[in-house]
Amino acid sequence: MPKFSRPKSLVDKQTHFCPGCLHGIIHRIIAEVIDELDVEGTTIGVFPVGCGVFGYWYLGCDTVSASHGRACAVATGVKRARPDRLVFSYQGDGDMMAIGTGEAIHAAARGENFTSIFVNNAIYGMTGGQMAPTSMPGQKTQTTPFGRDTAAAGFPIKSVEMFATLDGVALAQRVSVHDAKHVREAKAAIKKAFEIQLRGEGFSVIEVLSTCPTNWGMTPTNSIKWLEENMIPYYPLGVTKEGAVK
Amino acid sequence: MKFKLDFERCKGCEVCASACPKKILQMQHERINKSGYNTIACIDESACTGCALCATMCPDCAIIIE
Amino acid sequence: MKKTLMKGNEAIAEAAIRAGCKCYFGYPITPQNEIGAYLSQHLHKKGGTFLQAESEIGAINMVYGCAATGTRCMTSSSSPGISLKTEGISYMVGADLPCVIVSVQRGGPGLGTIQPSQADYMQATKALGHGDVHVPVFAPCSVQEMVDITTEAFDLADEFLTPVVILLDGLLGQMMEPVSFGDDAVEQKREYPDWAVTGHENKREYRNITSLRLHPEELEETLIARQARMEGVKARTRSQAVNCEDADIVVVAYGTTARVIQSAMEMARAEGFKIGTFRPITVAPFPDKQIKAACKNAKQVLVVEMSLGQMVHDVKAALEFSVPVEFYGRQGGFVPGPEEIFEKIKEMTVSL
Repeated sequence: MPKFSRPKSLVDKQTHFCPGCLHGIIHRIIAEVIDELDVEGTTIGVFPVGCGVFGYWYLGCDTVSASHGRACAVATGVKRARPDRLVFSYQGDGDMMAIGTGEAIHAAARGENFTSIFVNNAIYGMTGGQMAPTSMPGQKTQTTPFGRDTAAAGFPIKSVEMFATLDGVALAQRVSVHDAKHVREAKAAIKKAFEIQLRGEGFSVIEVLSTCPTNWGMTPTNSIKWLEENMIPYYPLGVTKEGAVK
Repeated sequence: MKFKLDFERCKGCEVCASACPKKILQMQHERINKSGYNTIACIDESACTGCALCATMCPDCAIIIE
Repeated sequence: MKKTLMKGNEAIAEAAIRAGCKCYFGYPITPQNEIGAYLSQHLHKKGGTFLQAESEIGAINMVYGCAATGTRCMTSSSSPGISLKTEGISYMVGADLPCVIVSVQRGGPGLGTIQPSQADYMQATKALGHGDVHVPVFAPCSVQEMVDITTEAFDLADEFLTPVVILLDGLLGQMMEPVSFGDDAVEQKREYPDWAVTGHENKREYRNITSLRLHPEELEETLIARQARMEGVKARTRSQAVNCEDADIVVVAYGTTARVIQSAMEMARAEGFKIGTFRPITVAPFPDKQIKAACKNAKQVLVVEMSLGQMVHDVKAALEFSVPVEFYGRQGGFVPGPEEIFEKIKEMTVSL
């Protein structure tokens, strides 16, 4: 048995992601968790619009595509129809915390028993690098060409801290995939979230810090450094809430 | 211990190279794969300890450790 | 047949439960609140789920997710709420997902009024969302018809893989009439359809439901296939013609106004005017053949709506401008009375 091999649930297919984009790692660790829990046959993924939308090619479980910002509502509909299925949404920061904030907060407040995995790379990737609700102050993007001026474009949103205030949330945790140690922690967090869901304990949200070399305008390795030096201080890693109110 | 690269899957992002503690992964510029990328290459397999940090950090699951 | 006196909105909710609707996602908006309230009280008794969403946008996307699993589901709203749902409806059409949507029209535009209106006819029949969106739309005009159409709507949605819209106005939703639900048929257990996303259980290939089709060949193919399916719905369009054979003027209306023109016709007939009425029950696809047949002897046609005139354009197109078509409408939440329609009829007769 090879010491490291492709998880079964990760479909053997070339991905469309840019070189060095860490979406690929997040897809893999989800697939590894699905293999370890042996739930590929009873899992339904919800993939809204964003770079992650093509996850339905790459993950070997059944999936439903959602419109931008509505993954938490679509996942609610799926889980309410099939409470016996493991349901997760895979969203970007724009999807979760810009257009989809309403759906996300209310799914959490209702304690909807699904898992939202949302990737915070501080930018809109698919549409070519616009500011995201999580873009850093001073960060240059297509729509903040002079750097994000918080007086004009506001402050980045700390999501899992916000979700921690909602009683229906069974787990809110921020992780990162910028190095192997953190990739393992991220995988453990996703597994914990899925197990919480399988025990029916309520809403779980894992925010995954990630990079976007192409739209940050950096090499993959420099973008990993940039994440470490700029995002982690503003978005501290760790669990912000565990244990839903019953 | 065997570092094995899926030549066609690699996008030459070099993230594995920075993850490798032995610093034995470097870009090779002789051949490009079907997608037009130069790829990473292991320059000293005897030094490879099979720690799989490279594989863990590969966004394209292009590295297998046997 | 046992009859119970029931409010329109509640009768629709009861009919949905009996039709095997398992999930309802909605958001409060007058004048259709009773639909959700009734379902919140009764749907769970049949193992169904009622959920009040954070917005109409949330609600339609929950319907989308639920429908994707092959589970019968429904939502309802009124004018502004239907506007919010149109993106989600377009996604459901693009993904060929069945559901039932009740649109209870109120006066608009904007906040408008909670009084009845028919000013969302074009929204329902022509503009339910971006892209080539054509879904069946039914327009009942009695509580009994609402019950019968709701039952049929769920079957139609599943058969043609499409949302089906039931178009009411606030008056129809709020009025009470005796209604019968037929015998308490034993609810048959429905299998999940073979296209549904259910979890492959390692027995089949993994499956995705989406409206995303980047390659033109793919998108065109699904559009043409969907249009062909909708041709099948044309065979189900229904309407009701009364006294049209010898009619000089055929008066055309749907929903609430269809009831008013009956009275106007009776008044006119009593005074020797040869008047007929035509009522589309299916307003999309529009009953072209039926209205042509009904109006073949007519010298003039009068369309009556609670709006500035929307269905009138469908009537003209269906009749291919072969006969002059006049319009009479009331707006703002007023329901036109039979007397004023009769006055219009007299006015048109003078010009005959």
